Amino acid sequence: MSAVISHISSSGPETPLTIAGVEYSSRLLTGSGKYRDLEETRLATEASGAEIVTVAIRRTNMGQNPDEPNVLDAIPMDKYTILPNTAGCYTAEDAVRACRLARELLDGRNLVKLEVIGDEKTLYPDITATLEAAQTLIADGFDVMVYTTDDPLIAKRLEDMGCVAVMPLAAPIGSGLGIRNPYNILTIIENANVPILVDAGVGTASDAAIAMELGCDGILMNTAIAAAKNPLLMASAMKKATEAGREAFLAGRIPRKRYASASSPIEGTFF
Amino acid sequence: MEPVMQIIVNGNTSDVPVDFTAEQLIESLRLTGKRLAMEVNMEIVPRSTFESYQFTSGDRVEIVHAIGGG
Repeated sequence: MSAVISHISSSGPETPLTIAGVEYSSRLLTGSGKYRDLEETRLATEASGAEIVTVAIRRTNMGQNPDEPNVLDAIPMDKYTILPNTAGCYTAEDAVRACRLARELLDGRNLVKLEVIGDEKTLYPDITATLEAAQTLIADGFDVMVYTTDDPLIAKRLEDMGCVAVMPLAAPIGSGLGIRNPYNILTIIENANVPILVDAGVGTASDAAIAMELGCDGILMNTAIAAAKNPLLMASAMKKATEAGREAFLAGRIPRKRYASASSPIEGTFF
Repeated sequence: MEPVMQIIVNGNTSDVPVDFTAEQLIESLRLTGKRLAMEVNMEIVPRSTFESYQFTSGDRVEIVHAIGGG
C-alpha cells in the first residue's frame, strides 16, 4: 500500500461490534455459499469464528428429495445470527420481496443484507435501486445492512437513511482482488457513525488484515474461504487476520518514514 | 369429480381442488414441518394462517427456503 495513506488514529481498548443493538465478539462475517457440502459449510463456519452468517432465499426444489438437509441444519439459528441476503435481485421490488420472505422464514427476525445487483459481469450494486429498497425496508421495520460501492457520499446517505451497517465492496464479488481503494474505504470509515464492514473482494488473509488495519468494523466474505483449496484452513487464517488487523488498528501503527531509525541505543557502544 | 382450478407454484402450473389450502399444498409437496415461507401474488402468507388460507384460481405461489449464499 502507498506510503501516503494516513490511518485513522485508533483509541484505546476493544469494544464489541454492535449491529442493531446486538453485540458480537467476532468481526468476521461469513457467507454460506459455494461450499462442497453442508458439512464443509458447518466446519468452515466454525473455524472462522463467525457469529453472523449469510444465507440466500430461493425456491424450494419441489419433489426432489424433500428429506435433503437444509443450510440451517449446518448453521442453526440458535447458534448463529442468520443474515438473509437479497443476492440475485436486480430490482428494488424483488429485493424487498426477498426480505419479507426471509423475515417470515426466520420467525420475524428483521436483520437483512440488502444488495441490489446492477450488472451481471461486475455484480456492482445498482445504487438508485439500493436507495429505493433501503427506504422501503427501513419503513417496514427491517434492520438493513447494505452492500454498496465504495462511494463515501452514498455510504453516508445510506447511514442517514437509517441503515444499521454500511458495507462497501473492496473489489467485485468473488474477484479476490483485495482492497482496491483504501482511500475511499478510509473516508467512509472516518465519516461513519454506524459499523462499516468491507463486503466482497477479499482474496486472502492479508486483504482482511488491511481492511481491519484501515479501521473497518468488520469484514464479510464468502468466496475467499469457500473457494480456497482448503476452506477450513483459510477460514482459520481469515479469523486470525481479522483479529490481527483489528489489534494492529487499536495498537496504532508507527508513521511511515523514508529512512532508517535504529532500534538499538547509540549510547554506550564500546567500539 | 371434484372441480379443479389452476394455480402456479414456483413457476409450474398445477391443477388443484377449488378449496385447496396452503397447508394442503405444503403437505402435497411433502414439505410439512420444513422451515419455509410462502408468498401469493407477491404478498406474504404467514405460516400461522396456512391451515385456513384458500387459494384462488390463477394464484401465483412462491415457496422459498434458505440455501447457502454469500
